[in-house]
Amino acid sequence: MPLLNTLPDYVLTTKTDELLNWMRKSSIWYMLFGLACCAIELMHTGGPRADIERFGATPRASARQSDLMIVAGTLTLKMALRTRLLYDQMPDPKYVIAMGSCASCGGLFQLAYSVCDGVDKILPVDVYVPGCPPRPEALTEGLLKLQEKIMSERWLARSSNGVAAA
Amino acid sequence: MYVNFGVALALTIIGIGFVALMFGLQKLLAPSNPHERKLIPYECGEPPTGRAWINFNVRFYLIALIFVVFEVEVAFVYPIAAVYLDWVRSGRRLYALSEIFVFLMILFVGLVYVWVKHDLEWIKKVPESGV
Amino acid sequence: MSMEPLQIYERVKERFGDRVLEVSEKKPDPFIVIDPSALVEVGTFMRDDPELAMDCLSNESGVDYKDRIEVVYHLFSYSRRHGAVMKIKLPRDNPSVTTLEEVWKSANWMEREIFDLLGVTFEGHSDLRRILMPEDWIGYPLRKDFVEPTEYHGISTIRESPIIRLDSKKK
Repeated sequence: MPLLNTLPDYVLTTKTDELLNWMRKSSIWYMLFGLACCAIELMHTGGPRADIERFGATPRASARQSDLMIVAGTLTLKMALRTRLLYDQMPDPKYVIAMGSCASCGGLFQLAYSVCDGVDKILPVDVYVPGCPPRPEALTEGLLKLQEKIMSERWLARSSNGVAAA
Repeated sequence: MYVNFGVALALTIIGIGFVALMFGLQKLLAPSNPHERKLIPYECGEPPTGRAWINFNVRFYLIALIFVVFEVEVAFVYPIAAVYLDWVRSGRRLYALSEIFVFLMILFVGLVYVWVKHDLEWIKKVPESGV
Repeated sequence: MSMEPLQIYERVKERFGDRVLEVSEKKPDPFIVIDPSALVEVGTFMRDDPELAMDCLSNESGVDYKDRIEVVYHLFSYSRRHGAVMKIKLPRDNPSVTTLEEVWKSANWMEREIFDLLGVTFEGHSDLRRILMPEDWIGYPLRKDFVEPTEYHGISTIRESPIIRLDSKKK
């Protein structure tokens, strides 16, 4: 019944894929996952001056209603288990932006005993946004890069591993 | 006059059809990837304990009961307010007023009863004598 | 009204005699070292005495020296506006002391933190469990001989070196 991953490659699906991807990228709802200081910059980015709601990205508090998780802040080992559970509970298709240096690589606190060095130790990350904290313009750029990545996904064509061939 | 029924039918068909279209598109085009960890009850990241379906407090039932009775009363008063002016113009003002007054008074007695029995308070004060 | 710290320590010393092990010399922040077994009595005296009236344990922290572990108590009196510093010295293996939770309630979380990070057991504490580290963490991180575990629940704590030598890539 589902049409995903079913169409053979002589069926051209570019325009349909573009339509679906355009609909998806224009309305990415991100989960408010602010852990530390980058959360303040995340709030600024959602605020009136550097507004990412003009790109369709609105904040959601629940993982069940979001399709983007912006990990903003230092990830400790205690929080890493919960983060993995929250990521698992997001509905597909889901994306992750690692915001700031703490979420990308552990950042300033890389040598600490309680810090998980980078969120990519537990989640697959799509876009890394460097900075400590990244300016709202930098996070907006990261979101636009993610939108480019979403536009390049192919869902309807049959692919070998059964997932979206980016 | 029957045109209004046609309008209502069209509205029903469009409403049901729109929802069916959305669900159909979702079945065709949306990825579905359920696995065990995704389907457990959502508890903000903490491993959930206990069942997700718990018993409701019975006070909600009481509030809903009282609400339904008085909501129906309000629903009956609305059409009377709409045609009241016609009754006044045809000279039966006192009759209409007394009818609606009697209706409201019967339900007001019910309100007073509920009030005195402390059913309007969220936490009822039980008297010590155990009555 | 408000007393100098050394006057406070003299008053404690004349009440408790030789259970006060040491009073530091005159310096901007003097301290007093007391016997761990006298801790609750000295604390109660400092709180209840009308001259001292230390109604607030503003900070309690642990220090790990190479040969001992110390617990440092900072006391403050809001009514008299003076403060005092109290220290106790504990041996490094199996450090344990009675809790000050009955004397000042703020010691509850502060002692949980010292237990979590340094391993000092507080006897008589109502709820001694980890407060900052995860519940199933093994080890006391702020000790000088703490060795970081290589993984926690499958998450590796080994950091790849961020320095990339460009000349090694040419080979």
